[in-house]
Amino acid sequence: MSSATAPAAETDADRLTLVEAVRDGLYAEMSADDRVVVLGEDVGKNGGVFRATDGLYEEFGGDRVVDTPLAESGIVGTAIGLALSGMRPVAEIQFMGFSYPAFDQLVSHAARFRSRSHGAYTVPMVVRMPYGGGIRAPEHHSESTETFFAHEPGLKVVSPSTPFDAKGLLTAAIRDPDPVVFLEPKLLYRAVREDVPTGSYEVPLSDAAIRREGSDVTVYTWGAMTRPTLIAADNVAEEYGVDAEVVDLRTLSPLDVETIVDSFEKTGRAVIVHEAPKSVGLGAEVAATVQEHALLYQEAPIKRVTGFDAPVPLHALEDYYLPQAVRIQDGILETVDF
Amino acid sequence: MSAQEEADHGVTSEPARVDDEPIRILDEDGTVLPGAEVPDLSADELLSMYEDVALARRFDQRAISLQRQGRIATYAPMTGQEGAQVATSYALEKRDWLFPTYREHAAKYVHGMRLESLLKPLRGHRDGYAIPDDVNVLPEYIPIATQLPQAVGMAWGNELQGRTDRAVLCHFGDGATSEGDFHEGLNFAGVFDVPAVFVCNNNQWAISVPRDRQTASETIAQKAQAYGIEGVRVDGLDPLAVYEVTREALKKAKNPTDDERRPTLIEAVQYRYGAHTTADDPSVYREDDEADAWRRKDPLDRLRNYLYSEGILDEEREADIDERIGAQIDDAIEAAENADADPDSIFEHVYDELPDRLREQRDELNALREKYGDDAFSEVLE
Ligand SMILES: Cc1ncc(C[n+]2csc(CCOP(=O)(O)OP(=O)(O)O)c2C)c(N)n1
Repeated sequence: MSSATAPAAETDADRLTLVEAVRDGLYAEMSADDRVVVLGEDVGKNGGVFRATDGLYEEFGGDRVVDTPLAESGIVGTAIGLALSGMRPVAEIQFMGFSYPAFDQLVSHAARFRSRSHGAYTVPMVVRMPYGGGIRAPEHHSESTETFFAHEPGLKVVSPSTPFDAKGLLTAAIRDPDPVVFLEPKLLYRAVREDVPTGSYEVPLSDAAIRREGSDVTVYTWGAMTRPTLIAADNVAEEYGVDAEVVDLRTLSPLDVETIVDSFEKTGRAVIVHEAPKSVGLGAEVAATVQEHALLYQEAPIKRVTGFDAPVPLHALEDYYLPQAVRIQDGILETVDF
Repeated sequence: MSAQEEADHGVTSEPARVDDEPIRILDEDGTVLPGAEVPDLSADELLSMYEDVALARRFDQRAISLQRQGRIATYAPMTGQEGAQVATSYALEKRDWLFPTYREHAAKYVHGMRLESLLKPLRGHRDGYAIPDDVNVLPEYIPIATQLPQAVGMAWGNELQGRTDRAVLCHFGDGATSEGDFHEGLNFAGVFDVPAVFVCNNNQWAISVPRDRQTASETIAQKAQAYGIEGVRVDGLDPLAVYEVTREALKKAKNPTDDERRPTLIEAVQYRYGAHTTADDPSVYREDDEADAWRRKDPLDRLRNYLYSEGILDEEREADIDERIGAQIDDAIEAAENADADPDSIFEHVYDELPDRLREQRDELNALREKYGDDAFSEVLE
């Protein structure tokens, strides 16, 4: 487990947004290691449709920052082959909603090369995808289907909620010997700036972060929902004197069971917040985890505040679909008042 | 393969035809090219085709400006491609089916969708996707190339059920030809010899990636050969040529002669004048003068010049048309802007019958709205 705030960096820092921090992380790893290549749709000259690879093509050239044909299965399958050859590919899928043509390559192959070959072959690769809603996007651009990937043994799944974490987690993901699905909450791409060290550093893929310490209830969340959750936690503290602890999972697979369970043992109450549909979402996994390990500490039913079991609506109704601070706040109070 | 086997599989060994030079009827200035034959359309039909191309152009300009004013969300412009869109839909009969992409606004409109339904999703309302019973248009496809195998399936299904009087027309871009679904779709189309027409709107770019990064083949039309179907290249900025080529392909799809296969891949060679979407900036990846060269072959100008030279269009008629178009678009914008969204509709149309879990979630949402008021829901999501 690591603390809520970034450790005082010894190196210089720039004030970066989350998307700039992603770019900074790519830049640092590409500079340090020739084997790191970036490939995907519009990642080259255009610098990525969200500008996550801005300037990398000019810096490293078209052999290392590769605009591919429009074919996700091709991108991920080729990345697997590149990794098998000893390269360190970082593939971009333009939106998570378009990752499904590559799903077969991810779950049938990337995830299980190590086990299929008895450890002889591994695929150290990263697949980056912007995900989640809240930006008035068209259909298929707002989903949050992390469960599909987290359900697959052999894949690691990561979702940063701060610029500092974005760079540190991405660095760790690129250096990780296993395939990592790196989910970038696009609602947060430009939402905040914070100090991000200019040098390289890793945020380990094993640790959840406690974003706010508290003693009455634990709220588990990740990605873009971290912000409304923190707002809700501040509101209930101010208005109702309820002290909520906020745990940002950061790595969705494998989960940091220790941090999850320790916090629950402290508070005895849990609210889980995610924007994905409720049924069979990761919230169910977190709830089952705390019950398995800490049933006797439980003081109230575990509450899930989530998206609905319906397709994400177009933007006129998006605010009703995504968990807002008001819904999270209501969930916290219900759990505490039980 | 023996003759008997061939007969069993419904396959002939006829080689697929590919012409490299795009078929063209109108010259860049709108005069009929020597030897070219103008399609058999009445003056009224030609005028109405012109009106629809002009409407599409104006709709596009208005949509871009609405987006800039924050009145609609991200929009995919079609200027430069209206001629091909309108002409392909003119070639359809009402009972034929259209599988459009997110850019085929004009193709959808001509085949029966209302302008207001095109605008509603851009205002965030999914009910704009609702298709009237008598309109054979699928909701726009946003994931690239996914519609091709589906179009093949529908064409095949119609055939199996004896509805041999209708074909399926499926639009997609040059980028789509890189996806597995493109290849799987065309392969199935060839194997099952289905009544389908595939229209690749080759506008030279897939966002920032040029056509020559999508494929090393010389033309897109020639890919048809690999699947044993016919491939045709047409000047996508020449509405008359696009109409004629599409009409012939549809005719063949429904009723091939002995030596013909039903499916056709049409490559409509054209250009996206503007940005990929209003969220895109083409100056990052493309030279300005590239667009200028294509603008000289503009479909609207070409059709207008042709109609003027034939005496079918004059200034008075043009002014009438302009006025009608303006009013129609104003009405559509007003209707789309007056649309309201009911949060209950989030839960509608997920299943035929609302499952208990969804009913509970809907009631939970409504209880919260009651308790905190609707304003609380639009508070924090930045
Ligand atoms: C499967 C999939 N991958 C990526 C995208 C993101 N995307 C949207 S449009 C586009 C380019 C499409 O180019 P093309 O097929 O040539 O059609 P055009 O937009 O030029 O008409 C991309 C990459 C998508 N919609 N679907």
